[in-house]
Amino acid sequence: MLTKRIIPCLDVTLDEAGGTVVKGVEFLDLRKAGDPVELAKRYNEQGADELVFLDITASHEGRDTMIDVIQRTANEVFIPLTVGGGIGSVERIREILRAGADKVSINTAAVKNPELVREGAQIFGSQCIVVAIDCKRNSDIENNPDKTLIELGDGSKVWYEVVVYGGRKRTGIDAVQWAKKVEELGAGEILLTSMDRDGTYDGFDLPITRKLSEELEIPIIASGGVGGPEHMQEGFVKGKADAGLAASIFHFGEYTVNDVKKHLREKNVPVRP
Amino acid sequence: MKQITIIDYGLGNLRSVQKGLEHAKASVNISIDPEDIENSDGVVLPGVGAFSDAMRNIEPFLDILYDYVESGKPLLGICLGHQMLMTNSEEGGMRDGLGFIPGNVVRFPHSKLKVPHMGWNSLHITQQHPIYEGIENDSYVYFVHSYYVSTDDGHTLASCEYGVEFAASVVNERGNVLGTQFHPEKSGEVGLRMLSNFVKMC
Repeated sequence: MLTKRIIPCLDVTLDEAGGTVVKGVEFLDLRKAGDPVELAKRYNEQGADELVFLDITASHEGRDTMIDVIQRTANEVFIPLTVGGGIGSVERIREILRAGADKVSINTAAVKNPELVREGAQIFGSQCIVVAIDCKRNSDIENNPDKTLIELGDGSKVWYEVVVYGGRKRTGIDAVQWAKKVEELGAGEILLTSMDRDGTYDGFDLPITRKLSEELEIPIIASGGVGGPEHMQEGFVKGKADAGLAASIFHFGEYTVNDVKKHLREKNVPVRP
Repeated sequence: MKQITIIDYGLGNLRSVQKGLEHAKASVNISIDPEDIENSDGVVLPGVGAFSDAMRNIEPFLDILYDYVESGKPLLGICLGHQMLMTNSEEGGMRDGLGFIPGNVVRFPHSKLKVPHMGWNSLHITQQHPIYEGIENDSYVYFVHSYYVSTDDGHTLASCEYGVEFAASVVNERGNVLGTQFHPEKSGEVGLRMLSNFVKMC
């Protein structure tokens, strides 16, 4: 049986000495805490089904060292690796896949230039093009008659707006329509992050997760808001997601990937042992 | 040390296959030169992207590849490489494959199930073969594909269930041409064991 995937996400940046570090990691001893490769190995041992590296440096130095991190990780960790952050050209996609990543995650660049999704899928195959969609709830439905209305738990209705630049800029684009469009363009998977939930520990934004899971043929990775194993369960059962992504709960050492999987198994959600 | 050639006829991540084979103490050469195949103890045919593009890109390798397989040395096709071993594929209109193993490549039917079939699914090993030595039945391996191989039981080493029961792993009569729809190089310890078994066969 196809299992639900648990995916730890590592935000990779540079420290003052120019070395690569993962933001917000607290459970390893200090010497190793920041090393992306060490952390990737650790999560692999814990039973992670895939890994996501997000390059948050936004600098040329960062881009080069990211390639080195991907190569070193691919030398030692034999599970799928997705790399995102600042990917804006076919050349960059090629570079990242060549270094040993299996998929790239495209976010702002896809909104600015949807053709990048089509080109990337044509050249490298849909399976390696993940489109990351960041969205925010928008309750102004009167002035937006063309948007997809989604009912929330309390009966009120909103539409979900695509946001870019880490949530700082609204786009006016309807998240459901955008997801359908990138599926048509050839995306192989959607990484959905609700900015209303990101960092809250309140759990995934279930209404939009479920809507996209039901409307699209490609898999949905739910992201943003996980505070514990029960949130992963909700994302899979109520949100119908195919995979769940989390960062902080793993980085703080509160839960291992195995803890989350144990909980899911007890609730009859299929996961890989 | 066994010399393995990974045929580089396209794009994508070949590094993981290389490192997985090196993990099994093989000397690995990622090659765009068909001549390299002749002197290899084993050949890996990887693959991403579309079937017809891949068949076109592999054209320069064909004569040497057929001779190589004729010699009895092992060939492992992974993912699209596994599909390319078959008679034909319906991806992008009916296209001929390499024809090492009789069978067809067809798309998953439209249903409630997501396509691509992406993630970790369990293997039902239906036939013993050295490449499955030490691999437990129902082991989980990593898949990502929208088309699957349909062949007879005799050419199936392992099957997998995703709406339909499909050939997750295939073999020719002689036992030297093997295919895996899943990615051994992305399937953790189980996959590394298979790559190591393959190197032992070489």
